[in-house]
Amino acid sequence: MKIAIPAKGQDITSPFEQRFGRTRWFIVVDADSRDWKAYSNDTNMQAVQGAGIQTAQRLADLAVDTVISANVGPKAFRTLKAAGIRIFMGTADTVEQALTLFQEGRFPEASDANVESHWV
Amino acid sequence: MKKRFNIAIASGKGGTGKTTVAVNLAVVLADLGKCVQYLDCDVEEPNGHIFLKPDITSRSAVTVSIPEVNEEKCNGCGVCASICEYKAIAVIKDKVLIFPELCHSCGACSLLCPEDALVEVDNEVGELETGESQGIRFAQGRLNIGQIAAPAVIKAVKEAAQDCDIVILDCPPGTSCNVIEAVKDADLVILVTEPTPFGLNDLYLAVEMTKALAKPFGVIINRYDIGDDEVINYCNRENIDIFMKIPDDRRIAEAYARGDLVIKSNEWLNELFASLWDRIRIYLEKVSADHNGDFEKRKTEAGT
Repeated sequence: MKIAIPAKGQDITSPFEQRFGRTRWFIVVDADSRDWKAYSNDTNMQAVQGAGIQTAQRLADLAVDTVISANVGPKAFRTLKAAGIRIFMGTADTVEQALTLFQEGRFPEASDANVESHWV
Repeated sequence: MKKRFNIAIASGKGGTGKTTVAVNLAVVLADLGKCVQYLDCDVEEPNGHIFLKPDITSRSAVTVSIPEVNEEKCNGCGVCASICEYKAIAVIKDKVLIFPELCHSCGACSLLCPEDALVEVDNEVGELETGESQGIRFAQGRLNIGQIAAPAVIKAVKEAAQDCDIVILDCPPGTSCNVIEAVKDADLVILVTEPTPFGLNDLYLAVEMTKALAKPFGVIINRYDIGDDEVINYCNRENIDIFMKIPDDRRIAEAYARGDLVIKSNEWLNELFASLWDRIRIYLEKVSADHNGDFEKRKTEAGT
């Protein structure tokens, strides 16, 4: 299982980011080995529109199969679903804590977007 | 078709009185015997109809082109997603996802698809209504809820203009693409503002936009006796013509609140708006004289 978690910094101990499409970083963790790597999301963070779609596309290209996010909009949701990526909704102080809470089964799986679109 | 004179009524700030000026000017001009076309280009909130009370004789859908994928032809190469400037297409697991609400209808994806797998289809974004109000030709656009393609609807409204002497374009507020679409064919722009810090800030933005479009323009100050003198100081400093000053008068507010034309409820306002037309004509003569002056000067410089 390859899990992507939005982060405010490029470390597993970095603060958890509440936004999905416009997060600055993603920490992608291998659930079995707990190896992780940080990926910059700068390009999509500054996108005029479609940040959620592009971010979802990027995660699909990275062969991520699970996303933990506090919020996900309708277009990102549709793209993640098309990619077969499962979305678990929750929030935490740090990326590491989010991972632990997720692995304890504390985050429910999203069945729909939980926030409105926010195009310009 | 003879040349129509297009007057755009715009503003930076919303709620300064664009529609009040536009509908009353339209009626004053019609009363003077002009053939007038009123276009409500404020397609997110068209409200000129409240005052002109037109008989709507025709309604039609406004559509834009959006791509649709033929899955039998598509091989998931991703060219469409990579060239979409507006990120309206994603290709996930060889499957094309299209997001119509982000599409700007440029047509690049269907043009450049190597498999010819994208076709353009019509997507309804709004409605165009045309009719007549006491001799004034009327057209308004209405953007559908949830749509963002306002310029397409504004374009349809402008194309609905009939043969006449003067076209009044009642513009949306601000300086966005929507306003540019409404203003770009204007022969004259009237910026309506109010004498407040907000009014001044947004007037400044609207003036910069109008100058960038190289349009002749002047200002109307609504409720000129409230607020401060900064708008007038700014206009004087920048040599901007003030076409009219409308007082903060309860009778205007009452007529407006009833959905009446202020010129029909108060004779002095009728005279004020009639004098606006005189003021505009004086300004246009001045502008045209300046242009001819420039021309004479250039001719001299060129030694002809």
